[in-house]
Amino acid sequence: MPIWNYILKRILQGIPIIIIVSFISFFLIRLSPVDPLAELRLNPSITKQTLEAEKIRLGLDKPIIIQYFIWGKNFIRGNMGTTVSGESVSLKIKERAFNTILLSLSVIFWTWIIGIPLGIIAALNYRSTFDRILTVMSSAGMAIPSFFFAILLLIFAQKTGWFPIGGLTCPNFSNFSTWHKILDIIHHLFLPTFVLTTISLAGLSRQMRSNLLDVLDSDYVKFAKAKGLSPYKVIVKHALRNAINPLVTLLGFEFAALLSGAALTEYVFQYPGLGRLILEAVMKSDINLVMASLVIGSFMLILGNIIADILLKLTDPRVRL
Amino acid sequence: MKSFIRQFAKDKFAIISSMILLIMYLGIFLANFIAPYPKDYSNRKLSYAPPSNIYFITPDGKLSRPYTYNYIRKFDKNSLRTYFIQDRSQKYHLTIFPRGFEYKFLGIIKTDRHLFGVQNGGELFLLGCDINGRDNFSRLLYGGQVSLTIGFLALFISFPIGLIYGGIAGYLGGKIDMLMMRFAEAVMSIPSFYLLIILAAVLPSGMTSSQRFLLITVILALIGWAGFSRVVRGMVLSIKTQDFVRAARSIGASRARIILKHILPQTSSYVIIAITLSVPSYILAESGLSFLGLGIQQPDASWGNMLKEAQEFANIMYRPWLLTPGFLIFVAVLSFNLIGDTIRDILDPKSEIK
Repeated sequence: MPIWNYILKRILQGIPIIIIVSFISFFLIRLSPVDPLAELRLNPSITKQTLEAEKIRLGLDKPIIIQYFIWGKNFIRGNMGTTVSGESVSLKIKERAFNTILLSLSVIFWTWIIGIPLGIIAALNYRSTFDRILTVMSSAGMAIPSFFFAILLLIFAQKTGWFPIGGLTCPNFSNFSTWHKILDIIHHLFLPTFVLTTISLAGLSRQMRSNLLDVLDSDYVKFAKAKGLSPYKVIVKHALRNAINPLVTLLGFEFAALLSGAALTEYVFQYPGLGRLILEAVMKSDINLVMASLVIGSFMLILGNIIADILLKLTDPRVRL
Repeated sequence: MKSFIRQFAKDKFAIISSMILLIMYLGIFLANFIAPYPKDYSNRKLSYAPPSNIYFITPDGKLSRPYTYNYIRKFDKNSLRTYFIQDRSQKYHLTIFPRGFEYKFLGIIKTDRHLFGVQNGGELFLLGCDINGRDNFSRLLYGGQVSLTIGFLALFISFPIGLIYGGIAGYLGGKIDMLMMRFAEAVMSIPSFYLLIILAAVLPSGMTSSQRFLLITVILALIGWAGFSRVVRGMVLSIKTQDFVRAARSIGASRARIILKHILPQTSSYVIIAITLSVPSYILAESGLSFLGLGIQQPDASWGNMLKEAQEFANIMYRPWLLTPGFLIFVAVLSFNLIGDTIRDILDPKSEIK
C-alpha cells in the first residue's frame, strides 16, 4: 500500500514541473525572432489549406497566452501538428523517442554490467596498481569529447568494415527474419553504445568503488568478519547489497546525462534518435518539432527520475521520502 | 593554505596536469607571438597541405640548421586527386624571432617579432593546413583563446546566479522556496544539450563575432546554474540554523546582508570544488556546440568548429592533422578533471581518507 501512495505522490509532483517546462519551452521559442510558419510557406508541397489549418491550430491570430493554452490542449490530445516536410510530429517523435530509449537502456545495461564489477575489484584491491590504473582510465574516459570519440570509432569501422556506419537498420531490413532483425539492430547499436558506455562507465565505477569502501569500513561488516564469516560471504551477503543501493539513485541522473549526451553521438553516427531529431529540427527551424521534442525529452527525463526513485524505495526500505 | 599547497604538490597527476594547463594558457595568452601566421591568413593554393617536414640532416648526410621545403600542389588526372610534393630546389632555414605580421605584444607593445618562423619566401606549417589553406597550428592557438576561456566566463555568470538563487530560496524557505525550487527543477528537467542547441539556434544571424561569443557564453551559463543552486540551497538550509546566523539576525542585520556576508561564504569549499569540476563540462559543451555549427562561427576559430572538418571521411582518413583540436580538448578536460579530483580530495574531509 505505501509504495502505491509513494508512486502517486511522485507522479503528482512531476506534473507541475512538466507544466513549467512546457511554459519555458513554449515562450523560449515563440518569443525568438522566428516565424513559426516560414518553412511551411516556402514549401511548395504544402497546400494553402494545410497552412490555414496550422494557423488556426496554433492560434497565431490570438494573443500569446491563448496560443500557449491552445498548444497545450492540442499537445495533451496528442496532436502536435506537422513537420515542415508535412509528416505528423507525434508519429515521428514516437519512433525517435523509442530509438533513444533503446540506446539509453543498452548503455545503462552495459555500464552496470561492466562498471559495477570494475568498482568492486578496485575497492577490494584498494590502492593497488589495478586501482590506480582504473582511476586514470576512468578520468580519461570522462574527458573524451563524445563526438570526437565517435569520429575515431567511425574511422575504425570504415577501415575494418566490421561495423555498419550510421542508421539503426540495414536498407533491406524488412526482408529479414525476426532473429536476423534483432541481430541487425544489435550490430548497429554497438558503436553508439560503446561510445556512451565508455563515457558513463567512469562515474559509475568510481561511485561503486567509493560506496563499497565506505561500507567495508562500517561496523557491521567488521562484525561479520570478526564473527568468522568467510571474506566471500562478508562481501557478497553484507557489503555489496548496501553498496549498490545508492547507485539506484544514480540511474535517474545517468538517464538524464544520456539523453543530453547522446545527441552528439547520435548525430555523428546518424542514429535515428530524439537527439538527432531535435538537432535536425533546429537546423530547419521546424518549430512544431522542436517544441514537441523538447517537452517529450523533458518528460522522459522526469519519468526516468521517478522510476529511479521508486526502484530505490523498493530496494532500500530505509529510504523515507 | 600552506598545507593545501603541500598536499596538492604531493599529487603527481595534479602537478603534471597543472603544468600542461599552464603551457596551454601561456600558449593562448601569447598566441600572437607564437603563431607564425595571423588570424586572417589563408592561401587557397595550399588547401589541405600536409605538415611541413623539418630536416636536420642534409641529403648528403651532414648535420645542418633545421630547414624545410615548400609544397607545390599537383593534380593527378587519373585518380582525380590533388596531392602535394616538396619543392626540393630551394631550402628554407627555420629562424628564431623573425619579423612577421604586426601585432601588440601583451596588448601594449607594438611589434612584428615572432617566436619562430622561416626564411623569407618559405612556408612553415607545423600541423598542416585546413580546407582554406590556413595554418592549423596558428588556428589552434587562436581557437584555444575561445575554447579555454569561454568556460571560465560562463562560470562567472552561472555561479553567482546559482549562489544567490539558492541562497535566497534556502534562507527565506516556505512558499518562496518551494516555488523557486520547482522552477529550478523544471530547468534541470530539460535535457541540457537540447536546450543549448535550441538557444544557440534562435540567435539572430547578423551578429559580429564578439557579440556571438558573448551570447554563447551567456547561453552556456544558463544551463548550469539550476543544479548548482539546488545544492547551495541544501547547504543554506543547514547553515541558517547555526548560532552565528541567529546572532546576526538578532543584532538586526538585513536579510541580504545575512545571506551574502554570513551564509554564502560558508559554502566556499563546495563552490571551489564545483567550479573546478564544471569547467571541463563547459569546455565540452562549447566544443560540441561549435562542432555542430551552432557555436563559434567561421572564420573565427574554436577547437570545436575546427573539428567540424573531421566530419568528412576523406579528411579523417587522409588528413589526420585536422584531428589535433580533439586531442587538445581531451588533454585540457582531462587535466581539469584530475586537478578537480585532487582539490576535492584535499578540501572535502570525508573523501580525504580514501
